Amino acid sequence: MKISINKRLVTCVLLFSAASTLTGCSSLGVEPWEKDQFARADMALDHEKLDLSLDDHIYFSKEGTSGGRSLAGGGCGCN
Amino acid sequence: MQLTNKHSIASALAMASCSLLSQTVSATEPVPANDDWNVDAAIMYYGEQERVQAVEAIGNVQKAFGDSSLLDMKLVVDTLTGASASGAVAQSQEQTFTRPSGKGQYNVAAGETPLDDTFHDTRVQLSANWQEILNPDWTVNAGVYGSKEYDYFSLGLNAGVERSFNKNNTTLALSGAYANDTVDPVGGRPVALSNMVFRQDYDNDEAYQAAFDATRLEGDDTKQTADVMLSLTQILNRNWLMQANYGFSSVSGYMTDPYKILTEVDTNGIAQGYRYENRPDSRLKHSVFLMAKGALDSGVVDFSYRYNTDDWDIQSHTLETHYRYYFAPNFYGQIHLRYYQQQAAEFYQPFLKADQALPEFASADYRIGDMDAYTVGLKFGHRLSGGHEMSYRIEYYQQNPKNNGFDIPGELNNYDLFPAVKAIVAQVSYSF
Repeated sequence: MKISINKRLVTCVLLFSAASTLTGCSSLGVEPWEKDQFARADMALDHEKLDLSLDDHIYFSKEGTSGGRSLAGGGCGCN
Repeated sequence: MQLTNKHSIASALAMASCSLLSQTVSATEPVPANDDWNVDAAIMYYGEQERVQAVEAIGNVQKAFGDSSLLDMKLVVDTLTGASASGAVAQSQEQTFTRPSGKGQYNVAAGETPLDDTFHDTRVQLSANWQEILNPDWTVNAGVYGSKEYDYFSLGLNAGVERSFNKNNTTLALSGAYANDTVDPVGGRPVALSNMVFRQDYDNDEAYQAAFDATRLEGDDTKQTADVMLSLTQILNRNWLMQANYGFSSVSGYMTDPYKILTEVDTNGIAQGYRYENRPDSRLKHSVFLMAKGALDSGVVDFSYRYNTDDWDIQSHTLETHYRYYFAPNFYGQIHLRYYQQQAAEFYQPFLKADQALPEFASADYRIGDMDAYTVGLKFGHRLSGGHEMSYRIEYYQQNPKNNGFDIPGELNNYDLFPAVKAIVAQVSYSF
C-alpha cells in the first residue's frame, strides 16, 4: 500500500511539474492589450464564489474527498 | 503622435488587465472601485428524499480600501433537520436502536434502511480575509475562520502569497491554512467498536445508565487540519486560460463519526448487535485539480478534472463543467454537470461478521464507501439596473453507493444495502 501511495504521489508531482514547465514557455499567453476577454467579470476563476462555496459544503459533507479547486478545509462536523 | 497614443492606450489597457488578472486566482473577486462595497447574498435549500433537509443562508461583503487593499467578510448560517443513515443494515424484523444521547430509543420498520431521525443542528460560520496588493507582481492575503454548531467548534487561520510572471500571463500562488476543531458529541464519544446497550436489558435506569456510560469516553476531543496548496494559472491565448492546483492536507485527531454504527450479523445475515464505528486518527490527503476556462462570443465555459487520493485508500475522480449562454446582454442561462466516482476507504465495510475477529478500524458510513454521484443543474440570472444581479439555481444530485466486494449473507440479500440518495438543491442569489 505504501508503495502505491508513493507512486500516486510521484504521479501527482510529475503532473504538476509538467504543468509548471508551462511557465517557462514564453509562447503561451497574450500581450497586455489582448486581455480584453480576461477582464470580463464572468472569466474570473471565482466568479460564482457563493455557488462554489455552497457546492463545496454539500460535497464535503456527502462525499469522502474534498478540496482541489480550493483548500480541502474542514470546519464542520458533517464529515 | 499616433505611436505615442497607441502606446499610452496599450499601457493603460495593460495596467487595467494586469490588476484584473492578478485577482483571478485569489480567493476574492476583482478589486472594486475605491471605497466600494460589494454584497453577495444567497439562500439555499438542500433536501434529500426522506432524509436530511438543510437551509443555508450566506452573505459575503467586500470593501476596498484604496487600490491595493480588500477586506472580505462572510457569514453563513445553516440549519439541518431530518434523518441520516446510521450505518446499520435492514432486517426482516423491526429494529430498535438507542439514541446517541442514551436517552430514549427509536424503531425502524422491517425491510427499511435504518435512519437516525434525531439529526438536527444549526451552524454559524464567520470568516474574514484581508488582501494586499504589494506591487504589480506580488499579492498577499491572510484570514481567520470560525464556526460553531451544537457539538462542534472550529477555529482557523489562513494565508497566501501570489506572484505574477510573464506579463501577467502566469500566476503562481501558494496558500496554507490551519484549523483546530473541537468535537463534543451528544451523549459523549463512544468507545471504539463498543456494543450499543438497550434499556430493556437492564432491571433499572441506574444499571442501564452505568452500562451506557461504560460505552462512552469522558470529555471532548480535537482535530487539527493543516492544508497547503500550490496553484498555477496560465493564460493560453486570447480566450482560454488554465489552472493547475496541487493540494496537500494533513488531518490528525478525532475523525470517527460518533453517531455511526455497524450491524454485527451472523452467517444468515441476522443482526446480533450493533457496534459504534472507529476510524484512524490521522489522514494525509493529496489532490490535483486541472481546469480550463474559455470566453465564448456569447458565453463562458469551463471544464475541470480533480483527482484525490489519501492514506485511507479513498481515491476519487471528479469531472465537472459549467456552460453559460447569454440570451441577451442582461440575461443568461447556465448548465452545470458533475460526475464523481469514489473508491472505498480500506476500513469501510457495510456490516461486521459475528464469527470474525473485530478489526481495529471499521465504518459502514456509505460516504466513505464505493460510490458514484452525479449533479445536473440549471441556473438563470439577470442583471438589474445599478449593477445588481439576481439569479436562480436548481440542481439534482444523486449518489449511488455500491458494494465494494463484500459477500452478502442470508437474508441481507433481500434488501437494498446500498440505496441511492436523491437530493434537490434550490438557490436564490442577489448581488449589489
